Amino acid sequence: MAKGRRIVAPGEQLPPDTTGPEEYLVDHGGWKSPATLGILDERDGKHVFIPLQGVYMPRKGDIVIGLITGQGIVNWFVDINSPYQAILTVQDFLGRPFNPMTDDMSKLLRVGDYVKAQIQAFDRTRNPTLTVQGEGLGRIVEGKIVEVLPSRIPRIIGKKHSMINMISEETGCEIYAAVNGRIHLKCPNEDSEAIAILAIKKIERETHTVGLTERVKKLIEEEKKVRGV
Amino acid sequence: MSMTPFRVPVVPTLKKEAFISLYRKGMRIDDRDLFTPRKIEIETGVIEKAEGSALVKLGNTKVLAGVKIEVGTPFKDTPNQGVLTVHAEFVPLASPVFEPGPPDENAIELARVIDRSLREVGAVDLESLVIREGEKVWIVWVDLYVIDHDGNLFDASMLAAMAALRTAKLPDYEEYETGEIEVLKDKSQGPLKINHTVVTVTTAKVGDYIIVDPTLDEETIADSRMVVAIDEQGRIAGLQKTGEAGYTREEIQKVFNISQGAAKVYFKSLEEALARKG
Amino acid sequence: MARKDDVTLFREDGTRLDGRRPDEMRPIKMEVGVLDNADGSALVEFGRTKVLAAVYGPREPVQKYIVIPDKAVLRVRYHMAPFSTSERKSPAPSRREVELSKVIREALEPVVLTDQFPRTAIDIFIEVLQADGGTRTTGLTAASLALADAGIPMRALVGGVAVGKIQGRLVLDIDEVEDNYAEADMPVGAAPDIGLITLFQINGVMTREEVMKGLDMALEAINRIVEMEKEVLKSKYMKVEV
Repeated sequence: MAKGRRIVAPGEQLPPDTTGPEEYLVDHGGWKSPATLGILDERDGKHVFIPLQGVYMPRKGDIVIGLITGQGIVNWFVDINSPYQAILTVQDFLGRPFNPMTDDMSKLLRVGDYVKAQIQAFDRTRNPTLTVQGEGLGRIVEGKIVEVLPSRIPRIIGKKHSMINMISEETGCEIYAAVNGRIHLKCPNEDSEAIAILAIKKIERETHTVGLTERVKKLIEEEKKVRGV
Repeated sequence: MSMTPFRVPVVPTLKKEAFISLYRKGMRIDDRDLFTPRKIEIETGVIEKAEGSALVKLGNTKVLAGVKIEVGTPFKDTPNQGVLTVHAEFVPLASPVFEPGPPDENAIELARVIDRSLREVGAVDLESLVIREGEKVWIVWVDLYVIDHDGNLFDASMLAAMAALRTAKLPDYEEYETGEIEVLKDKSQGPLKINHTVVTVTTAKVGDYIIVDPTLDEETIADSRMVVAIDEQGRIAGLQKTGEAGYTREEIQKVFNISQGAAKVYFKSLEEALARKG
Repeated sequence: MARKDDVTLFREDGTRLDGRRPDEMRPIKMEVGVLDNADGSALVEFGRTKVLAAVYGPREPVQKYIVIPDKAVLRVRYHMAPFSTSERKSPAPSRREVELSKVIREALEPVVLTDQFPRTAIDIFIEVLQADGGTRTTGLTAASLALADAGIPMRALVGGVAVGKIQGRLVLDIDEVEDNYAEADMPVGAAPDIGLITLFQINGVMTREEVMKGLDMALEAINRIVEMEKEVLKSKYMKVEV
C-alpha cells in the first residue's frame, strides 16, 4: 500500500484532525474512530477517512436506479438498494392526475422493471418518495444493470468523472453510475459490455489501492486484444 | 430470536431528569439513598397445598414462590441426587406489559439465573433427596409467580424462592414390595435439607450512577442492570449482566461494593422473617 | 460422571490436560465473508468450538410492528446445530438458547450504532456448528466480525472469552471437559477500544478477588482477540494490494 495510506477498522484511534463522512466517524469524546472499515488517507499532512463499506442511505436529490418490486393502489414499491423501500406514485409517473378507471398501472410499469428516478423526499420518519419527472428519468428500457457496493461508486466515477469517462471511451459503452450502487450500461456489443463489467468489478475490489486507473486501462486493453474488439 | 424491546413503558424525559438530579445529591424519589433496598416483607406458608411457599413484597413488587415436591427419576449423570427445577411465570395481571403466553426471554432468564445461583452454591442438599439411587428421587419444583411488577424481579424472586425452600417440608412416603412408591401428602418426614442460603442483589446503571434495587421507572430509564448472587459467606455465587449497555472495570468494582452491602440487608430481612416463623 | 474431586485437570507441571498453560487460549481461527447471501458473515474457531455468524440488514422487517421510531432493532438468534454436541441436540430452541440469544444481543447493543437506521432491523444469526466450550463467547466474536463485514457502523469491535475456576485455579478459555468439572465459569465479552465490558456472567462460586483476577485475565485475552479481528477484516483488502 502506498505511503500515507492505510486501512483502519472500527474502534481504532484516528488522528484528531481526521475528516470524512460524519456518520462514519464515531466521536468518543476526545478521540475518533471509524464506524466501518475504510482507508485513512494522508495528504499534505491532512487525514481523510474514506469508508470502504456502508449501505446506501437515501438523500433528497439523489438520482438512483430502482427496481419495481410491488404495486399498491396508487403507487409502486421500489427497491433502491437501501434499508428503506421507496415509493413512486402513478401520478408522478404520468405527470398528471391518475385515474384508476382509465389508466392501467400494469401497462406503465411492471414488477421487475428498472427505473431511473430522483429522491424527492426522505426523512427518518417516512420512507423515500421518488420522482421520474426530469431529464433522462423514467423506465430503463435497454442495457444492463450491474450492482456494486454503494461505497465504491465515487471511485468508479473517479475525480471529475475521469475513471468512468475512460471506461466509456475505451469500451464505447454509455455508463451511468447511480449513487445507490447500481450501474446502467448501454454497450455497442456483448464483448464491450463484458469488458466494462470486468473493469467495474476490478475497481470495486481494489478501490483502496493506488494506480488503479492505469491498471484498469491495462485490463481493458488486454481484454480488447483477447476478444478482438 | 432475541429482539431489542420495542414495547417499553415510556418514562417522561422530565421524570428521568428529575431522577438523575436527585441521584446527584445521593437521593431518590422514594426517599432512599442509592444503596438501600426498598422495604422488604416476607410471609411464608401462604399456600397450604404447597410443600413450601412465600410471598415477598419488595416495595410494590410482589412475588409468590411455591415449592412442590414430587417423586421422579434422577438425571442419568447424577443418579445419587434429587432434582431442583426453577420456573418463572410473568402473569399478565402483574403488569400492563406482560402478555399471556409461554415465558418470554425475560422470564426464562430470571428462572435460569435463580436456578443457577441456587444450584451452584448447593443451596438444596440434593443428595438427601434420593429414595432409591438411580431410580427414584425427590424432584423439587420452585415456581415463581410475579404478581405485581414494580421493578427488580430478580431480588424479590430469589428472596421468595429461598424463603419457600427454607420452610419447605419433605413429604413422607410408603414403599410397597412391588417397588411402587406412594407419597403421603399429609405426612412430612421433616424439613427439606438446605445447606446454603443465597440472595441476589440487582443494581441499575443510570448514566454515571449505580443504584441498588431499582423500581420499574428506574429500570426503564436505566442503561443496564447487574444481578449478583451472594451467599451467606459473602462469596459471589453467580452473576448476570442484563440490559443494553456495557460497564467499565471501575463500575464493576462499584457494583460489587454496593451489592455486598445490600446483600446484608436482604439476609437480615430473610433471617428475621424465618425466625419469626419459628 | 465422576465426582469433581476424583479427577484431576492439571498435569504435574501445572499445565492443563491439553497442554495449555492456565493463561493460554486455544488456537483461534477467524474468517470473514464466508457466506454469499448474507450481508456479512464470519466463521470463528476456538480449538474445536466452531461458530458461524451471519448478518442481514439493516432492512425493513416483514413484521412492521416490531420497529422502533428512532433506531434499528437488533435481532439475535443463538442456535446450536443438532450435530454440534456428543448427543444429538433437538433443533427446537431450548431455554438456554433463548437466554444466550438475549445475553449476546445485549453484548452487541452497546457497540452497534443503531440510531443511524430508524425503523429497520439488523438480524444476527449465530449457529454453533461444534460445541466444545465457550460457544457464547465464540459466537459473540463471530457476530462482531460478521457485523463489521456487513459494514454496519460500530462504536468498536467486541470479542469474548470464558475464564474458569478449576480446582481452585483460574484458567483462561475453558473447553468442555474443563467446564464440566469447573467450580465456576465466567464468560466475558468486551470492547477493549472503548473500555466496556458488554457481556458478563458468572455460573458458580468465586470470591470477589477471584472474580476481579479472572476478569483481568479475560480482558487481556479479549484485547488480543479484537486485534486479531481487525487483522482479519483488513486482510480482505490487503490481498489485492499492489
